[in-house]
Amino acid sequence: MGITTAFSTEEPLGGSVVLTKLEAAINWSRKYSFFLYPFATACCAMEFMAVGGPRYDLDRFGAALPRFSPRQADLLMVVGTITHKQAPILVKVYNQMTEPKWVMAFGVCAVSGGFYDNYATVQGIDTLIPVDVYIPGCPPRPEMVLDGLMKLQEKVTKEKWSDWPRGPAPVKMKC
Amino acid sequence: MIADLTETIVKILFIFSINVGFYAPILGWVERKQSALMQDRVGANRANIFNFKIIGLFHPIADAVKVLTKEDFIPEGADKFFHTLAPFLSLTPAIVTFAVIPFGGAYELWGHPVKLVIADLNVGMLFIFAFASLSTYGVVLGGWSSNNNWSLLGGLRASAQMLSYEVAMGLTLIGVFMVYGSLRLTDIGMIQENFFRWGIFMQPLGFVLFFTCAIAENKRAPFDQPEAESELVAGYFTEYSSMKFVMFWMGEFLEIVTISGIVTTLFFGAWHLPFVTDQMLVSFFAGAGPNGAALLAMLVNVVVFFAKVSFFIWLMMTIRWTLPRFRYDQVMRLGWKMLLPLALINIFITGIVLLV
Repeated sequence: MGITTAFSTEEPLGGSVVLTKLEAAINWSRKYSFFLYPFATACCAMEFMAVGGPRYDLDRFGAALPRFSPRQADLLMVVGTITHKQAPILVKVYNQMTEPKWVMAFGVCAVSGGFYDNYATVQGIDTLIPVDVYIPGCPPRPEMVLDGLMKLQEKVTKEKWSDWPRGPAPVKMKC
Repeated sequence: MIADLTETIVKILFIFSINVGFYAPILGWVERKQSALMQDRVGANRANIFNFKIIGLFHPIADAVKVLTKEDFIPEGADKFFHTLAPFLSLTPAIVTFAVIPFGGAYELWGHPVKLVIADLNVGMLFIFAFASLSTYGVVLGGWSSNNNWSLLGGLRASAQMLSYEVAMGLTLIGVFMVYGSLRLTDIGMIQENFFRWGIFMQPLGFVLFFTCAIAENKRAPFDQPEAESELVAGYFTEYSSMKFVMFWMGEFLEIVTISGIVTTLFFGAWHLPFVTDQMLVSFFAGAGPNGAALLAMLVNVVVFFAKVSFFIWLMMTIRWTLPRFRYDQVMRLGWKMLLPLALINIFITGIVLLV
């Protein structure tokens, strides 16, 4: 992106007013405009639909537009169990997403493997890709998902230019 | 000369600002709110500036800034030149076609005749068809140059669909031209000064056929086979990110505006209120002096025209969120086996009625 080098002048200036304001404006727009990539693999997807539906309505936060192409998505929602067979695909999708990108681990299986404590299941997707928000629950209630989204919005507000780009996932996998 | 130039520049700036500056961003919001309304949701309303929310109108701004600061991506093995060219090719025709659509009548300002249309072509409708088919190139190039199977399939579907429906659309409009006897859109608008000569009364079948074909040309649900998320990821713009992706999207939205403009001009009395002629408007505002009266009449024309356009935009949004997507063979069958024969029958009946 080139932003990292272009704005590294900010540090010696001690966070000059203009740059900070620009940063804040862009973070403001980013936090109200998540395009989702629902990586729905298991039963949590039902709860994801409930969050998108009329009663809880994810669109209120500006996060309702699912883009099924990772190039256009901002927020990777890993909804459900990730098996070792599935892991390379998840990493590939993460790497295909364009910066800036965020990851939400939706439900205990994505957070830590949950009760699938066995040889077939990835014990938490943070062993594969960086995760921004963990939402526990089996499945999490829609309120928890909304809370998680608001936590992520708070996190986005505090981000710096130097946080981007994140680069590809630390794990190398082929599929 | 100078007056002509100024007039044209003012009109171009006006249309450009109302299309790109007003309709393109606001339609994203309208679509969101319309979907929310139809699904019994609230819709986007959280984005705020100093705690002002104004029913979610800040969300389009948030989307625009976010998209501008997103990584611009060109896939490996893609044709860089055409990959970059494609979004421009699909956005430009959508803006340019508005040049021949009249948004008001002909008046005289300070001794200078003013027509509220950017280019008063005598082949206006052919111009629109030419540019509508040009936008196919953007889609096909986008699909082909992305080096992606889904993109290619989406691009091919889009080209097949747009070409098939263009045939039915052209034949439908032949009926309209037979009735009005002109391809010039301002002429068609002038004839519709008489309420009983509105296109919807002269060509009711033609309106239904044209509107269906226009939605299919626009590639939105129920005809969104080219981008069919369940089959093709995101269709021909799968490999596009950031502003290029939004340019495809803006092209789509501006096409909606253009289609609504054409429908208004051909079938719904263009800039006229029912039973109110331009002469009546000018004499109604006669108190404001000749120039003031002309300006006020123009204002009424423009407001009426864009109110009608907005209505059709709303109608298209409603259709988009009501109907499920057709299967691809159904799209083709509808185009070739139903709309095309119906358009031919329409021409035939129109001919008989005109003869008798």
